[in-house]
This record gives sequence, C-alpha cells and structure tokens, in this order.
Amino acid sequence: MRIVVCIKQVPDAKDVRLDPVTNTLSREGVKSVINPYDRHAMEEGVRLKEQYGGTVTVISMGPPQAKAILSEAISCGVDDAFLVSDRAFAGSDTLATTYTLAQAIKKSGAVDLVLCGKQATDGDTAQVGPGLAARLDMPYVTCVKKINAIKDQVMRVERMMDDGYDEVEIELPALLTVVKEINVPRFPSLRGLRKAKTFDIPSYSAADIDADPAQLGLGGSPTWVVKVFPPECKGERSMIEGSLEEIADKLAGILSDSAYGA
Amino acid sequence: MLLIDTEACIGCGLCEDNCPFEAIHVVDGKAVVNDSCTLCGTCVDHCEVAALAIERDEGEAIDLAAWSGIWVFAEYRGGKVAQVTNELLGVGTELAAQRGVKLAAVLLCGQSGDVPQQLIAAGADIVYIVEDPALADFSDDAYGNALEDLARKYKPEVILAGATAIARSFIPRVATSLITGLTADCTNLAIGDDGHLHQTRPAFGGNIMATIICPKHRPQMATVRPMVMKANTPDPARQGEIIVETIAPVRLQSRARVVRTVFTEGEQLNLSEADVVVAGGRGLDTREGFKLVEELAALLDGAVGASRAAVDSGWVGYPHQVGQTGKTVASKLYVACGISGAIQHVIGMKSSEIIVAINRDPKATIFDVADYGVVGDLFEILPRVIEKIKERRS
Ligand SMILES: Cc1cc2nc3c(=O)[nH]c(=O)nc-3n(C[C@H](O)[C@H](O)[C@H](O)COP(=O)(O)OP(=O)(O)OC[C@H]3O[C@@H](n4cnc5c(N)ncnc54)[C@H](O)[C@@H]3O)c2cc1C
Ligand SMILES: Cc1cc2nc3c(=O)[nH]c(=O)nc-3n(C[C@H](O)[C@H](O)[C@H](O)COP(=O)(O)OP(=O)(O)OC[C@H]3O[C@@H](n4cnc5c(N)ncnc54)[C@H](O)[C@@H]3O)c2cc1C
Repeated sequence: MRIVVCIKQVPDAKDVRLDPVTNTLSREGVKSVINPYDRHAMEEGVRLKEQYGGTVTVISMGPPQAKAILSEAISCGVDDAFLVSDRAFAGSDTLATTYTLAQAIKKSGAVDLVLCGKQATDGDTAQVGPGLAARLDMPYVTCVKKINAIKDQVMRVERMMDDGYDEVEIELPALLTVVKEINVPRFPSLRGLRKAKTFDIPSYSAADIDADPAQLGLGGSPTWVVKVFPPECKGERSMIEGSLEEIADKLAGILSDSAYGA
Repeated sequence: MLLIDTEACIGCGLCEDNCPFEAIHVVDGKAVVNDSCTLCGTCVDHCEVAALAIERDEGEAIDLAAWSGIWVFAEYRGGKVAQVTNELLGVGTELAAQRGVKLAAVLLCGQSGDVPQQLIAAGADIVYIVEDPALADFSDDAYGNALEDLARKYKPEVILAGATAIARSFIPRVATSLITGLTADCTNLAIGDDGHLHQTRPAFGGNIMATIICPKHRPQMATVRPMVMKANTPDPARQGEIIVETIAPVRLQSRARVVRTVFTEGEQLNLSEADVVVAGGRGLDTREGFKLVEELAALLDGAVGASRAAVDSGWVGYPHQVGQTGKTVASKLYVACGISGAIQHVIGMKSSEIIVAINRDPKATIFDVADYGVVGDLFEILPRVIEKIKERRS
C-alpha cells in the first residue's frame, strides 16, 4: 500500500496572540511547526504501514523553510518526503492549493491512500482534504477518529459527526482527514533522526509537476482576501463591587433575573 | 506578487509589525518581502503611505449576470432540520432582498415529509427537493453530485451552508467541482457596494478576522458558523414554490457507505441551544472545584460549559468545551467562572446576550467582553451566590 500524507507548516498556535495594546498579532519568537492535526495523519500512515505493509511519503507545499517539517517527518518514521515550492504558489486559496497538491501527488505515482489533517491551525478552513479528493477523483471521509479495518481494498472507519459518529465503509484508493482522537503520535526515533540527517529533501517547482500556471497562486484563486483586522471587543461592562455579602447578593439577583426572567 | 514602491516606502515598519507571517521586514529603511508571503493583504491595509500593492492577474471573469438567486443548503439529519438552516434562511432573506432576487432552500433527503413547508415558513421562496433512498444517509459523493448538478442547472449566485460536520465535509467538493471559491466558517455576510458577497471569517485560531470576496467566479460559496446569524420568526402561513427534482442514478452512487450511525451526547446539542450556560475554567483548580459550576448551572436550569483548560484537565467532557475548537453558544446568560478570556474561548461565547465574569485577576481579558464583572475568589463567591439564589427561590 502506498500512502501519501499531506503536511503543512504553520506558526505555533500557542505563541500567536493578539497584542491588546497595539491590536496586532504579536509573533515574536513564534516557531514554525507541523500542523498539529498532520502529526496524527503521519502517525496513522506509519501505523498502517506497520500493520499492512507499504510505504509512507509526506509532501508539503510551502516556502523552502518547510523542508524542516519534512525532515522532522522522516525522523518520525516516514519513508520518503518531498516539497513543492515555487513563488508562483504564493497567495493560493484552497482551490489553488488542492490543484497544486493534486498535481504533485499524481506526478509522484499511483497512490492507495491519501491522509490529511482535519484542518490547518492557521488558514483553519478544513477545505483542502475534501477539495483534494475531488481533484484526485477519490472517495473520502472527513474527521476520521478511528480506522477499524482494511480488507479487500475496502476500509472501515469512524467519522465524527456533530451529534455522534458514523461508521463508514470506503473503497480504496481514498482520502481521509483525521482528528486528534485517532492516535497518539510517536516521538522521533534514534534511527529516524539518523536517517533525517542524511535525507536530502527534493523540492519541485511548478514546471516539475506539470502545473498549468493559470491555476496556481493568486491567479488560480477565486477567493480574494480584501481585509484583515482584529476581532472587536464588547467593552461596556459594570463591575460589581463591595463586601463579599454585597457582591453575592447583587450577583444572585443578576443571575436569577436573567436566568428566570425578571 | 507583492509590489513595494521603494520611493514611497518610509521604512516605518507598520507592515512588519502587522504581518501575520513574518514575511515582510524593513531592511536599510525599506520594506523587503520574503518567501513566506501569502499575499493576504494585511500589510497593504496597514501601509499609511500606499507603498504596497498586490498585483493581480486581471483574468477574465465568467458571465456573472447569468447567475442569480441565493441558495441555502437545508441540512436534514435524523428527522430534524438543523437549526443553522433556519439561521441561514434568516440572513439569506436579507441578502436576497438586497440583491432583489429569490431565496431558495435545497433539500436532499430520503423522504421530505413536511420539511419543505417548514423551510418556506422560515423564509425560503423556493424549495428544491431531491427525494431518493440514496440520500437518506449523508454521503459526500451523492450529496456533492446532487448539489453540483442542481447548481449547474439553476445557476445561483450564492450558496450558503452551515459550518457543520456534514457541510464542511461535502461543500468543498462541490466548490472544487464547480471551480469556484468557498469561504470557511463565516461569522458575517453582507452584500458590498460592488454587488459581491463580502464574507468575514476568523482565522489563526480566532486571532484575526478576514473579509473575503469571490469577484470573478460563481456561485459565491460560504459555510457559516452556527449560532451567529439570526433566524426569522417562522410564519406557517407563508407561501412558496416547491420544485421536485430528480438526479441521474449514476450521480447518486457512492463509493463510501454509512454502515452504522451512533448518536451520542444529547447534552452536546443542549449546550449550543441552552438559554443559560455556566462555564468553568482552570480557576476551579480541581474536579471537586468544578462541581461548583455544575451546581450553579443546575440551579439556573442551565447547561455546563468549560474552557479547554478545564476539559484538558479532565474535570468535564469535551462536548462541554466552548470556543474555537469546541461549541459556539449564544445563550441569554453566560457565566464565565475562572476563565481568563483567551480569544479561542471568547469566540465561542461572545454573542451571548448577558455575560457575567468572575475572576480574581482584575486584568483578565474576559472582562473585556463581560457585561458584569466580579473580581474575587471563586471559592468564596460561588458558594455564597448559590446559597443566595436558593434563598430567593424558596
Ligand atoms: C486570513 C486567511 C483566510 C483565508 N480564508 C480562506 C477561505 O475562506 N477559503 C479559501 O479557499 N482559502 C482561504 N485562505 C487561504 C488558505 O489558508 C490557503 O489556501 C491554505 O494554503 C490552505 O488552507 P488551510 O490552511 O485552511 O488548510 P486546511 O484545509 O485547513 O488544511 C487541511 C489539511 O490539508 C493539508 N494541507 C493544507 N495545506 C497544505 C499544504 N500547503 N501542504 C500540504 N498539505 C496541506 C494538511 O493535511 C491539512 O491538515 C485564507 C488565508 C488567510 C491568510
Ligand atoms: C488552536 C487553539 C484552539 C483553542 N481552542 C479553544 C477552545 O475551543 N476553547 C477554549 O476555552 N480554549 C481554547 N484554546 C485554549 C485557550 O487559548 C486558553 O488556553 C484556554 O481557554 C484557557 O483556559 P482558562 O481560561 O480556563 O485557563 P487560564 O487561562 O489558565 O485562566 C484561568 C483563570 O482563572 C483565574 N482564577 C484562578 N483561580 C481563581 C480563583 N480562585 N478565583 C477566581 N479566579 C481564579 C485566573 O485569574 C485566570 O484568569 C485553544 C487554543 C489554541 C491554540
């Protein structure tokens, strides 16, 4: 079984916060990391390989710095990795991103299973997985929390829903997006670290993946971000002050009036 | 490409300070862009001397005028229309009025019963129905193909769907097949002066808001966060047109089949629909401490909410989490106990009508969104408040 896992480099979310004074994103010392959901996708790929045999390839589209996460992926047990990187990709929305990833995957050979994270913590759209499946003409299941079995090219998985979960059967080749509940990712192994050290990560350009320039980057993106701004605050509040008794009294009044109607 | 007019650039650094991607820096008094640039436009907005611009390839737009009408995907599962569908019909009514077009709902189901009439009562002028056993369970293939085929036939200018598990799964596939734009998880929609749909959404875990348009492709598609838009008051006397459609059987075949559906956690739904939510955070210290929140919630006939810190500590289950990666609530009363007010939490509760915050730190950001604030120790205040409310009720 050949498994491809798509991973994205994102700013470490716990470091990103809005500076309340300047109302800007303060990103001082923010590290770039593997999108947290994609760690679980990678881990699931490696586990499937261990159970059913095959290979795991990770790919990422991004600036040259994204090689760092691919290298980290190698240390966590994947077999192969490559980057797709070109100035022409800048400004891609999810439609252009899925076009680019699909071209890269097709170019890399036949695939039995594509794994993505449920969503990336920066763009946050959760649209790349389903869109990529459409581009590859593969069936897909999103928000997978468990893979129960693979038999005769049919996979049985559990999909998280808003009100519970569905058990779904899907024919391979297929694409899955995974949630964090699916597994606990392993740490890099010594062997993996050694391999990562010598593994030279290839980088492919738009031409290398036979991409149609009109479908790439800003020009290939139907959505335009026209404004970016900080979320607004409500601001008007009254503080309840006094002795403990007074505070408790007033608060009890406010709570019962609003809860039961005045 | 980001164009930098080095003549105009004064090297003030506003672009650098505001770039979410660390992609622009002032070097020797002039802005310089690097490979991390995603062309999001933040720097262009912040530049006070108009030294920055984004060059767009002015490709041909499709024939926009051929696409008309606002559509809402009517989500129907387990015998119920999702609440977000009514909310979309609410905002859809306004958008359709502004554009001077009709509002339609699209219902894909096994059997429609009286659902079309409910959708008309909630604001739809037209209901397109496809009834087929293949649509009884949700399937990305069948739902995606059906909506795509209908969109090609009727050419709506806008398609809205709830940002639910179902729609977030199959709508991106429809947008990809139609080669058009899709904005995720919107919290605001408006028709701009340019006639396009201006779609606003949080990104970066809620740290920034972005307004997005889709000026050259149709339909303009968006998923919309539940509990943000206002539903119309249902009017059972409202009249509308019902159009029954059939989809070619091959298009309803699915390469993935639901073998079993397990409904869990009725409480999950209660939380988003509760009038009163009492939520606790790390400030409750222990599982024991968290019980104070549960007691107050029970006393106020409310639901229990929690910050991620409380959920991660194991004091309460994930279905209770409020925020970016949990539920969005829009209760009449929201009581935040020992919650600091991280943006990821606030985004899930700020549309509540009355917000009460209790925190011992006077600088906690939760007070910025609160209507009433109390600075003090929870373990002193909550037990007294609980007693007082009991006294009042007896
Ligand atoms: C503020 C802002 C708002 C935006 N809003 C929208 C929007 O509403 N609609 C839209 O179409 N675009 C939007 N974009 C653009 C979008 O962020 C990019 O297209 C991005 O490349 C992919 O989207 P995502 O980060 O949301 O990924 P998601 O769809 O959330 O990612 C899901 C999974 O896809 C895979 N994946 C995603 N990107 C890559 C990659 N580069 N390399 C390898 N695997 C990947 C990973 O497995 C990931 O877990 C926005 C961008 C910004 C800056
Ligand atoms: C991508 C991402 C997604 C996230 N999604 C969510 C989400 O969906 N929901 C969510 O809630 N968080 C989410 N978070 C986490 C969020 O950033 C915060 O870490 C979290 O909300 C903090 O929880 P808290 O307020 O309970 O804890 P803290 O920030 O630790 O705050 C505890 C508060 O309790 C007060 N306190 C302590 N003791 C007492 C006392 N005795 N009496 C009174 N007050 C007291 C303190 O002053 C403090 O303000 C997310 C983070 C990321 C990066």
